[in-house]
Amino acid sequence: MNKKQKKVMLRIIIAALLLVTFHFVPVEGYLQLILYLVPYAVIGYDILRKAVLGIIHGEVFDENFLMAVATIGAFALGEYVEGSAVMLFYQVGELFQSYAVGKSRKNITDLMDIRPDYANIEENGALIQVDPDDVEVGSIIVVQPGEKVPIDGVIVEGTTTLNTSALTGESVPRQAKPGDEVISGCVNLSGLLKIETTKEFEESTVSKILELVENSSMKKSKSENFITRFAKYYTPAVCYGALALALLPPIVNMLMGNPANWSVWVIRALTTLVISCPCALVISIPLSFFGGIGGASAKGILVKGSNYLEALADTKYVVCDKTGTLTKGVFEVTNIVPQGISKEELLEKAAYVESFSNHPISKSLKTAYGKDIDTSKVSDVEEISGYGVSAVIDGKKIYVGNTKFMKKLHVSYTEPKQVATEVHVAMDGVYGGYILISDVVKENAKEAVEKLKKAGVKQVVMLTGDAKRTADAVGKKLSVDVVKSELLPADKVAEVEKLLEQKGAKEKLAFVGDGINDAPVLSRADLGIAMGALGSDAAIEAADIVLMDDDPAKIALAIKISKKTLRIVYQNIVFALAIKLGCLALGAIGFVNMWWAIFADVGVMVIAVLNATRALQYKVKEP
Amino acid sequence: MKKKYKIEVDCANCAAKMEEATKKVAGVKDATVGFMTQKMSVEFEEEVDIDAVMQEVVKACKRVEDDCEIYL
Repeated sequence: MNKKQKKVMLRIIIAALLLVTFHFVPVEGYLQLILYLVPYAVIGYDILRKAVLGIIHGEVFDENFLMAVATIGAFALGEYVEGSAVMLFYQVGELFQSYAVGKSRKNITDLMDIRPDYANIEENGALIQVDPDDVEVGSIIVVQPGEKVPIDGVIVEGTTTLNTSALTGESVPRQAKPGDEVISGCVNLSGLLKIETTKEFEESTVSKILELVENSSMKKSKSENFITRFAKYYTPAVCYGALALALLPPIVNMLMGNPANWSVWVIRALTTLVISCPCALVISIPLSFFGGIGGASAKGILVKGSNYLEALADTKYVVCDKTGTLTKGVFEVTNIVPQGISKEELLEKAAYVESFSNHPISKSLKTAYGKDIDTSKVSDVEEISGYGVSAVIDGKKIYVGNTKFMKKLHVSYTEPKQVATEVHVAMDGVYGGYILISDVVKENAKEAVEKLKKAGVKQVVMLTGDAKRTADAVGKKLSVDVVKSELLPADKVAEVEKLLEQKGAKEKLAFVGDGINDAPVLSRADLGIAMGALGSDAAIEAADIVLMDDDPAKIALAIKISKKTLRIVYQNIVFALAIKLGCLALGAIGFVNMWWAIFADVGVMVIAVLNATRALQYKVKEP
Repeated sequence: MKKKYKIEVDCANCAAKMEEATKKVAGVKDATVGFMTQKMSVEFEEEVDIDAVMQEVVKACKRVEDDCEIYL
């Protein structure tokens, strides 16, 4: 509890003790009024002050006003105990709310406690701690066992295991050796590391993630906006309703010649005022979303806003990019079939032409070639997106690419029998053979697709630039519903747009990609989900939801967390409104006294807040 | 120009009110008040005196929610 909360606690205890004591003091009339005004003032002075300030500032209808009118009214009618008690319980409720919110805020921030406090720099043989903000790019920092890596960089010395669980939710530690890239936020478990930083602290993964999470609750969901708007009209409406309830029936009674019964109707009106306080709704809904976002981050799923968490629950179409999402994106040369030249020569030509590209396929060719590439021999490199690459080597124009490329060049080629990614090579218009490269399907990809179906997804679509045969084989293996292959990057956007038109108005389409080259699709879909985004800034920028590790099964988990959060939100809305409307109706006809009204206000709020904190926990049920 | 400030506010409704009040201050382009994170981010118009605008923001927020605190 903070200072403010402790002070309120003290006031509550004093007021409660006074109320109980006065219960046994046998006084009547004005003396009793003065007596009870003491605990009332102790517990309610700030509420009264706020209500007065509100009226002065033109912000008449708020909770403070409701409470002030209700309690002063009760005093005016001689219901001293009730008047003081309503104020007392209102404060108990406020205190509880502020405590519960503070507590879950702390839980969530602890969960994401990845902010490094310092970086170690070696100076004259001694380690000194500096603010990570002050470390320049290219500095060498030292990370001791047990410390967090403060800034992204490359290991220059030392081997160790890194705990990435704060970032990815993955509990198995990762091995790291010199030359490996490390991202900030990981915890160094065993060895001493020297790291050359490659980014500034501001640009490092840990800063980006923290900023993302902090901003997430600022993007408000539809339910949150609804409640804010609702409260804006609701409170004045209730006040006028109460006023009408206090005035109209007695006036009608008088007109009809009956006794007016002023006090009865005024009490009923005050009761409705207490019941109708909207706090339970206004507090529990953002709390639920915040909890849901926090719970998801603990599992390595970063949701960039409450609105996205809300949309996830309605996801009916999931469009996946193949490479890097369902497959590992690690390509290996599995077969070399030359025609007219040697195997080595074929591989050499392909590796040279692709030497300037960072595409996974190029990397695998270079890895398979294994020797150093003399890039000065390569000139006139031209990359034709969706087809391949051409370059001039030793005066010969060499083309490396897919079958479409060969067709375009009018070169007759051999069709491989195996299903894999094909890289064909042509030299000065003469076919030189092909190289087969296979991508490995992720172990849990099939399970991930099954889980998506179980989570209510209607259609899982796989998009890829790969050849139809390869794509179909992978699609069948994973039992996805639709496979679209041989797509250029622009085609992917078109395919997604087609699906967006087909789907129902309330259904949402999520696109899942690895963040490389698919930023346009990520932003076009209702929900852009980037996978394995550690270290990829572009993906973190473009996506709405970021999966910190490569596990495609996390998509289904994210949907489940979203559904649970929304369930809690709806439970709270329905529960709070039902109790309040019920009590209001009963209160208007006189079946509910002030004590019930206090329950309808404070009790409902306490229950709703407790329910909201459930959103933070999500236990994965292992089969 | 966007800046973030630490705040202290006790109820979600008050945070919403502060947000509305801040948006109305001259020189403020957009503002969001995060009740859960206890932070507010304010986007300013081009070429305004940020300190002066923030003084106005504090005043506007105090008017709707007396108990709030904005750490400039």
